[in-house]
Amino acid sequence: MQLFRLTAHELHDLLVKKEISAVELNEAIFKRTDAVEDKVRAFITPTRQEALARARLVDAKIAAGEPVHPLAGIPVAVKDNMCTKGVRTTAASKILYNFIPPYSATVVTRLEEAGAALVGKTNLDEFAMGSSTENSGFFPTRNPWDLDRVPGGSSGGSAAAVAAGECVIALGSDTGGSIRQPASFCGVVGIKPTYGAVSRYGLIAFASSLDQIGSFGRDVTDCALLLSAISGHDPLDSTSAHFGRQDYTKTLKDGVRGMKIGVPREYMAEGIDQGVREAVEGAMRQYESLGAVVEYTSLPHTEYALPTYYLIAPAEASSNLARYDGVRYGYRAPEVEDVVDMFMKTRSQGFGPEVKRRIMLGTFVLSAGYYDAYYLKALKVRTLIKEDFDRALEKYDVLLSPTSPTVAFRFGEKTGDPIQMYFSDLCTMSVNLAGVPGMSLPCGFVDGMPVGLQIVGRHFDEATMLRAACAFEQSTDYHKQFPGL
Amino acid sequence: MAQYETVIGLEVHVELKTESKIFCHSTTAFGGDPNTHVCPVCLGLPGVLPVVNKKVVEYAVRAALALNCAVASFSKFDRKNYYYPDMPKNYQISQYDLPIAQKGFLEVEVDGEARRINITRVHMEEDTGKLVHQGTITTTPYSLVDYNRAGVPLIEIVSEPEMRSPEEARAYLEKMKAIIQYTGVSDCKMEEGSLRCDANVSLRPAGSSGLGTKTEIKNMNSFKALQRALAYEIERQAEVLEEGGRIVQETRTWDEGKGVTLSMRSKEEAHDYRYLPDPDLAPLVIDGEWVEAVRKSLPELPDARKERYVRDYGLPGYDAGVLTNTRELADYFEDCLAGYGNPKTMSNWVMGDLSRLLNAKSMDIADCPVRPGQLAALLRLIDGGTISGKIAKGVFEEMFETGKDPEAIVKAKGLLQISDEGAIAAAVDEVIAKNPKSVADYRAGKEKAIGFLVGQVMKATRGKANPDLVNRLLKERL
Repeated sequence: MQLFRLTAHELHDLLVKKEISAVELNEAIFKRTDAVEDKVRAFITPTRQEALARARLVDAKIAAGEPVHPLAGIPVAVKDNMCTKGVRTTAASKILYNFIPPYSATVVTRLEEAGAALVGKTNLDEFAMGSSTENSGFFPTRNPWDLDRVPGGSSGGSAAAVAAGECVIALGSDTGGSIRQPASFCGVVGIKPTYGAVSRYGLIAFASSLDQIGSFGRDVTDCALLLSAISGHDPLDSTSAHFGRQDYTKTLKDGVRGMKIGVPREYMAEGIDQGVREAVEGAMRQYESLGAVVEYTSLPHTEYALPTYYLIAPAEASSNLARYDGVRYGYRAPEVEDVVDMFMKTRSQGFGPEVKRRIMLGTFVLSAGYYDAYYLKALKVRTLIKEDFDRALEKYDVLLSPTSPTVAFRFGEKTGDPIQMYFSDLCTMSVNLAGVPGMSLPCGFVDGMPVGLQIVGRHFDEATMLRAACAFEQSTDYHKQFPGL
Repeated sequence: MAQYETVIGLEVHVELKTESKIFCHSTTAFGGDPNTHVCPVCLGLPGVLPVVNKKVVEYAVRAALALNCAVASFSKFDRKNYYYPDMPKNYQISQYDLPIAQKGFLEVEVDGEARRINITRVHMEEDTGKLVHQGTITTTPYSLVDYNRAGVPLIEIVSEPEMRSPEEARAYLEKMKAIIQYTGVSDCKMEEGSLRCDANVSLRPAGSSGLGTKTEIKNMNSFKALQRALAYEIERQAEVLEEGGRIVQETRTWDEGKGVTLSMRSKEEAHDYRYLPDPDLAPLVIDGEWVEAVRKSLPELPDARKERYVRDYGLPGYDAGVLTNTRELADYFEDCLAGYGNPKTMSNWVMGDLSRLLNAKSMDIADCPVRPGQLAALLRLIDGGTISGKIAKGVFEEMFETGKDPEAIVKAKGLLQISDEGAIAAAVDEVIAKNPKSVADYRAGKEKAIGFLVGQVMKATRGKANPDLVNRLLKERL
């Protein structure tokens, strides 16, 4: 059995039974990576030495008979917008091409404490702005299911790495769908937790009120394990919720009998690919056969989600990205006349076009004379969107929808028109605006490409969302499919 | 000038002396090698987040209450966006439309006339780092930046534009300093930058109610500079208006050397700060009971303490004002009174000899080598006739130099006042015998001649004779 095809929970069993060692496991992952990375290009910076060092520590603990965390020794990849002390962190941008953080993100520290082995930093759309990883300042990542297609974005590298077997689990970040959409494009599971459930300290900020770190895995259990390891209050993040480390695996297998599932009509309307809609309808029938009650419902303000998101997110981003100016770290333009010239040239040369587009949009939206009409208005509409979810989730335990209107598209297909690209986040954006947890898991194939099913839960009720996901997963075998790379 | 009246508003920044910065654990300690009092958060590294220091909020509320403000029950932080190399994030976390406190006042006295100056608002914000240029900002080939100060907590106190003269503005700032210093939240030292002041100045036709075009004046680094700068700017504006010109709304810097304000007009237009509520910080919900507890913990403030000194100690207003200028000095004074019963005499010593010696050595009362108990003991020695007032001054200087008790110094130097009549009589007789001319002058009616004779007796007794006794005995024997 090829080790790179196994899940973390399966591998943990083998490790503690000493049937394999952590070092062996990581080396098997490296071998697999060497075989496919040329084609997939999921990684910006591999960190094999660090991974092996940790693997050795874990093996020593196991040999000594000490108990180890479920993720100990497991190869994990981290999206390159999370700071890793001593290891280059670029946000896939030229402006941070040489930035080596003197500190680690809280989630990275928690993974280290669990003994997980960090195998590399993965590719993304620059500063997490994009839906295909084509906006990476360095190179694009390719979808392991079809190398002519995008892996989705912005966490395309992490999703592809998990799908291709170049790591077992991975961390991503999700601001408008950046974990869920690539998970759906790459046929893996991806979770965005409730806003505040996971610390943002060390996550290179894009949109502060929307960003969340979450997990990728090949099955729901792995994702739940990873989420459990990183969740819980962090005193370094004022927006992190006040609760302790959660065990999200506890009620996974409890089934969905009697569960009430709502399917918002607005998410199954035209604009959704026929094949995708059929796959989701199939999932709805599957849930009914498992004993759940499935009904259509409505989130009436859905049509305002995209404009609301594209006012709030760029506004916050324009402020968050102001610090990249060549003064303290990162790229600094050579041959400048004065400080203002340095700021302008550094940012013009260091940022890619989509980042600039969003900074300009955000700056405009916040500027005198426009703030009330755009930013303030968007904040108010956001409340209405959130209230849609509150009302629906009073009636239903979870909501169901496609994760994305289409399967993975081809390179260059949507880069001509930014708004077309923005539409691929249609089904995911509202979830970030409302702050509720959402996840994607595979529910079918169209032309050989995976289709993602989105499940949305109540604030801080990841348990119910995961339970629903697990029931569906275990009654199908999509999670056992592997790209023929 | 009689045709114009002056309108002045002051924006005062106060550095709060909490141990750590407003949004991180880095130390606020003054000095230190550049970029050593920093951490990822106050350096604005990618990925960091601010966490508010609760002590900063407490100190801001203390100051606001001491300034008679209403403290908000709901407040928030906002981002003020602009680019400058001394600001790590290129935005400053400040407060925009929901500041921590509003609508306060303080009272100033100018030429014996008391006036209330209203305070618009008090808000919290983070300080910037410091730029060091080689030469001037326009001629330097490069600049160095030190972020030790970035993130130090500040409160900004904005007055209503109600001050009518440079003297009044200075009095306002001096009173502000005293009040804030009393609360213990800041040292308020302009020379160290823990108290900073910018002014907005405009003129309007006497008797009118609108506001003329104002200029903002910066770089006034002392109370005197504030007064001089305002006086200059008022005259400058008056001249412009008298010649039929218009005042340009701009920022001007005070040039201490040249004694003028200079335009700082730069290429940029008025800043649009694009304020937005900081999404990384939760809003502040301020508990009313907690505010009351803070209010109760405030010490007696300068005005109240001064009134008490006048009322209970019978001190003149001037003395009371000087003694209560800082809390430390007033505490010292009252500690002295614990061992000595005459407030006016003690006041004279504290405002006189003590202050003189402290100033000569550029010392604060906090570093005074003479403890209150020692000064009280010295004055008791004088009252008790053990030493003369003149000798006491010398003893005091020695106390200041060595920190020793007055009794020990008097004993070691044999300075006990001679009050034995017999001993003094002997000296008096000797002086009379040796100075026939002065004696004759005195007997002839020249009253002042006795002064010389007294001096001779003091000299003969090495200053230790009780001067009253000397006078009496001389008069008896002449």
